Amino acid sequence: MKPAPFEYVVARDAADAVASLARFGDEAKVLAGGQSLLPMLALRLARPAALVDINRCRDLEGLDDSNGALTVGALARQRDLERWARSRSPFFQDVLASVAHVPIRNRGTAVGNLVHADPASELPALLLCLDGSVTTRGAQGERVVRAEQLYLAPLTTSLAPAELATRACFILPPEGAGWGFAEVARRHGDFALVGCIAVLALDGTGSVSHARLGFFGVGATPVRSAAGEAVLRGREPTEARRTEVAKAAAAALSPTGDLHASAEYRRKVAAVLAERVLAAALGRCQRPR
Amino acid sequence: MGAKLFGASVLRKEDPRFLRGDGRYVDDIKLPGLLHAAFVRSPYAHAVIRSIKLEAARRLRGVAHVFAFADLERWMKPLPLFGAVPPGLAARVAVNMKQVPQLAVGRDRVRFVGEIVAMVLAESRALAEDGCELVEVEYEPLPVVTDMVTGAEPGAPVIHPEWQDNVAVFFQTGFGDADAAVAAADVTVRERLEVQRYVGMPMETRGVVAQWDARDGSLTTWNSTQVVHFVQQGLVAALGLPPHKIRVIAPDVGGGFGTKANGYPEDLLIPVVAIVARRPVKWTEDRREHMMSAAHARHQLHDIEIAARRDGTMLAVRDRIWLDLGAYNSWGIVLPYNTVAHLLGPHRVPNLRVECRGVVTNKTPNAPYRGAGRPETVFAMDRIVDCLARALSMDPAELRRRNYLTESDMPYEIDLPYRDGNRLIYDSGDFKAGLEAALSAIGYDSLRAEQRDLRSRGVYRGIGLSGYVEGTAIGPYEGATVRLDPSGHAVVATGACSQGQGHETAFAQIAADALGIPLDWVTVVGGDTAAIPFGVGTFASRSAVNAGSSIHVAAGKVRDKIVESAATLLEAAPADIDITDGTVSVRGAPATGMPLGRVIQAAIPTFAGPGVASPDFEATVYHHQPTVTYTSAVHVAHVEVDPGTGSVRLLRYLVAHDCGKLINPIIVEGQIHGGVAQGVGGALLEEMVYDEQAQLLTGTFMDYLVPTAMELPAIETVHLEYPSARNPLGIKGIGEGGAISPPAAIANAVEDALAPFGVRVTRTPLGPSVVLGLLEAATRR
Amino acid sequence: MKHAVTITVNGATHALEVDVRSTLAEFLREELDLTGTHVGCEHGVCGACTVLLNGEPVRACLLLAVQADGHEVRTIEGVAPSPEELHPLQEAFRAKHGLQCGYCTPGIIMSACAFLEEVPAPSEQAIREMLSGHLCRCTGYHFIVEAIAEAARTLAARGKA
Repeated sequence: MKPAPFEYVVARDAADAVASLARFGDEAKVLAGGQSLLPMLALRLARPAALVDINRCRDLEGLDDSNGALTVGALARQRDLERWARSRSPFFQDVLASVAHVPIRNRGTAVGNLVHADPASELPALLLCLDGSVTTRGAQGERVVRAEQLYLAPLTTSLAPAELATRACFILPPEGAGWGFAEVARRHGDFALVGCIAVLALDGTGSVSHARLGFFGVGATPVRSAAGEAVLRGREPTEARRTEVAKAAAAALSPTGDLHASAEYRRKVAAVLAERVLAAALGRCQRPR
Repeated sequence: MGAKLFGASVLRKEDPRFLRGDGRYVDDIKLPGLLHAAFVRSPYAHAVIRSIKLEAARRLRGVAHVFAFADLERWMKPLPLFGAVPPGLAARVAVNMKQVPQLAVGRDRVRFVGEIVAMVLAESRALAEDGCELVEVEYEPLPVVTDMVTGAEPGAPVIHPEWQDNVAVFFQTGFGDADAAVAAADVTVRERLEVQRYVGMPMETRGVVAQWDARDGSLTTWNSTQVVHFVQQGLVAALGLPPHKIRVIAPDVGGGFGTKANGYPEDLLIPVVAIVARRPVKWTEDRREHMMSAAHARHQLHDIEIAARRDGTMLAVRDRIWLDLGAYNSWGIVLPYNTVAHLLGPHRVPNLRVECRGVVTNKTPNAPYRGAGRPETVFAMDRIVDCLARALSMDPAELRRRNYLTESDMPYEIDLPYRDGNRLIYDSGDFKAGLEAALSAIGYDSLRAEQRDLRSRGVYRGIGLSGYVEGTAIGPYEGATVRLDPSGHAVVATGACSQGQGHETAFAQIAADALGIPLDWVTVVGGDTAAIPFGVGTFASRSAVNAGSSIHVAAGKVRDKIVESAATLLEAAPADIDITDGTVSVRGAPATGMPLGRVIQAAIPTFAGPGVASPDFEATVYHHQPTVTYTSAVHVAHVEVDPGTGSVRLLRYLVAHDCGKLINPIIVEGQIHGGVAQGVGGALLEEMVYDEQAQLLTGTFMDYLVPTAMELPAIETVHLEYPSARNPLGIKGIGEGGAISPPAAIANAVEDALAPFGVRVTRTPLGPSVVLGLLEAATRR
Repeated sequence: MKHAVTITVNGATHALEVDVRSTLAEFLREELDLTGTHVGCEHGVCGACTVLLNGEPVRACLLLAVQADGHEVRTIEGVAPSPEELHPLQEAFRAKHGLQCGYCTPGIIMSACAFLEEVPAPSEQAIREMLSGHLCRCTGYHFIVEAIAEAARTLAARGKA
């Protein structure tokens, strides 16, 4: 399984990368971690005329968690986030531990995973649940694309072919918020059959002040259940309410079936996982005094 | 004669090179001027080849040659066929069998996705693949056969035009009067059970390197194969050369499991094109190719029925069996008959009727894979036994207890021939003792108590049992030459070859013991047709018994020659000669001791006169193994099922087994562990999936799911020992056993866990989506 | 298309021209004759090709050789301290029968080297999780887990000496 021929260009910095991408029209692909791209090249599912290697672009490095947001440059490896998460976010740690395996996370970039847009991936759903965005640079200059506008279809984002994602931003959950994360995968580290993420925060009265409920592996893109969140907001998250929200959120999904799981399976288990992650998130909530 | 190494878990001699990265697998072999091969493989499951255009590919820079069938026609002898019905079997069972030989390159028709249509040789594999993309093939698709049941019926598209239908193998057999027994029984249960298509999937794919020496007209080929002599025979037939001009070598091989004990087009094509191109050629199979062109396996349907008395005594089994053989019936009677011969296993069942159909379909052809029909048949039997237990409201362990054969029943004859045409007689073992050992070791009663307790708290755990009896070490032979060099070091050459089973160590243990020399004085050479002229190969759990017996006897003969030489040299009686750790002495007189090398050298003629004996310290023995010897085991699986997600977690897995005497206990355990892991894969994860156009949907490791260390627990083993009476060492085969029972045990455990929901398990693999579907079906009932 | 690279492998620096299509695995095996790094799938799942890049385990089949330019690679051939001695991991694998055909072994040892440096006293579960990035078809992992645990004990004892 050898790739079809391609030209190889090493970009010096982000501007150089963008210029190289523009030079090839829509025939070039960005090479960052390469953990998703190289298998596609090997299988000849992707046959770009050129690869633009951004691994030498120092201006794309960096990880910063000031001002309540985690911002990661395009070259931040998944493993860099994991190391940050060890002391700063058990939530991120839990999610990242399910992303493939260590040798993949040592090279794979968070931004690369986000814009690869596999509907069964964890990080896109996390971006969605944490009001995230991706900053890009293209011929038209810089723009910020919010997670809700980013994912269009499997492996398809709203980014133009010659548009380079330079960093991603996750708004960290509010102080005292609890989180829940669960997925069903055939084996540890595999793409999820279906997965669910929840974030809940409570106010002084025990009512929900902040709610996020998201799914992955449930169709063409990750999905956030804004309707479910609205039901929870301002109210006590009782078991009955959580169950109702979980069921309604799952019913609104349009999952697809494949050889690993039927559509019906994904919908059913989305509801089961939603209940579990909402309970877990509640369990981790710290009520403000 | 000491037997101090036999039975010891000595460290493996082959390990240092593997640990250092100094192993030599086929892809590691480099030769000057090497060309790399890639194949154009059919994207259609069934099609006529209308035309092939090679010019564009030939023009690509870096491409040296492009071949289709017409270019290689003179060498296109049919690929070898296996599994002819032996006379002893034919005399008893009327087998209707058709075998159509496969050609190495599709001539006018392709019959499975992955079948070879053309090949390209280039300066690199990447360039060869570029060349393959430029080969233009015009296909005219034909209707496909994807289902073994409908494919067997009249009116289905016929895959081989010479045949009237797609039934490649058909026979009916049995003993007693099963129909009468069923009619008279208190209880009868019947179920339709399916084992999916799953495969060996070694971590090293296949590979062939071939080099033609124009100077002496000889061919050397390195092949990641389990059967060097079979490959050689195929090349002799196709190339018209005598065997000594064709050397087939299996270097280090990264796993075989039966997948590499098959006759493949590439075995022939790579040597042929090396001759045509007059340059050495290498082909390394990539994983995608492997998935579609390396032999598939399993895939059976059983419509099985068991009848019993109310007290659980089994009276009869009736079974209609279908096998999905893939596009060619290369293995004849082997898989279908193995299935039948091993159906009843450890159970005492006085009446049997079976009907068996092997059906060709437009899929990758099947070959035997670890267990070779036994896992499927055990799945059917152990599932129907559990169904019977449920119908009788009896614990599945108790039902087995009442029906398993014991040592006092041995030797026990089942009134059917074995696959080799001999009588099917269990020679040794105590299956009931194995069951009790397994139940005791797993703590069955306390697991049952825990199960009840956890159920009341909404946690669903289950225990599943499976027992098998396995005919191992099929003959008729595996020879060995044992030869000493002037220093007294030994070389053992055998047709058996290793793909990880530790032959270099285990066989050295046998030889060292028989000769009286240290273990590291023995070098074992397997897998080289130049080292021994006749051989069969490593599969069917046969090497320890067959090769081991030959080595033991041959080494004994060499020892006799040493003794004869030493007796003359030391002026003592042969019976008084002792050989220990490479030192030869007169027993009781250590001062007489001398190195073995001295004794050997004393036999070399000098001008003064002949030596003390003839210096041929060498013996070749082809021990005849007329029939198999029977191992047995009981497996216990302990699972927890999450009814919300359908996920199955394997908590514990235990094997209580008998494989006779153990040459190297830790190697035996390793074989069991590996087999169990593959069986767990079959139970929960692995499947080769085709769609309605017989397109293979599982093409990479993302879809074909090999279990990892997270899906397996520590594997518990209990050893029982009932030595074989059928070979000098008392050993039995153990290569396959671990893989036989896991699908049955785990399926039984899952059904047991979900018993409160009334779930019925009829199929593997039990992925979460399947399990949830079963729960749903049960709720609807 | 060719590209000039300078790569340090097991302490030796090589300046060569490589085909941009070559993976690091192919470069090691073909250009440098270091065939201990094995290729099992070419899509990053089986782990047989795992090597250390700047001390971190990576899939050599998912890196182009050109990407390793200026970096340090360590392969299985660079693990044993000398031709006469084995690394404690290699000793433990041998002692515990943690290998059969040997094909997946180098990749696992490379991962385990890095793993034990980061987690010197791993639980069985942690070992299994690390191993889950490696497919083995021969051993069922049972003795591999024991070997890694044994190596951890040996390395810890050495550290204390």
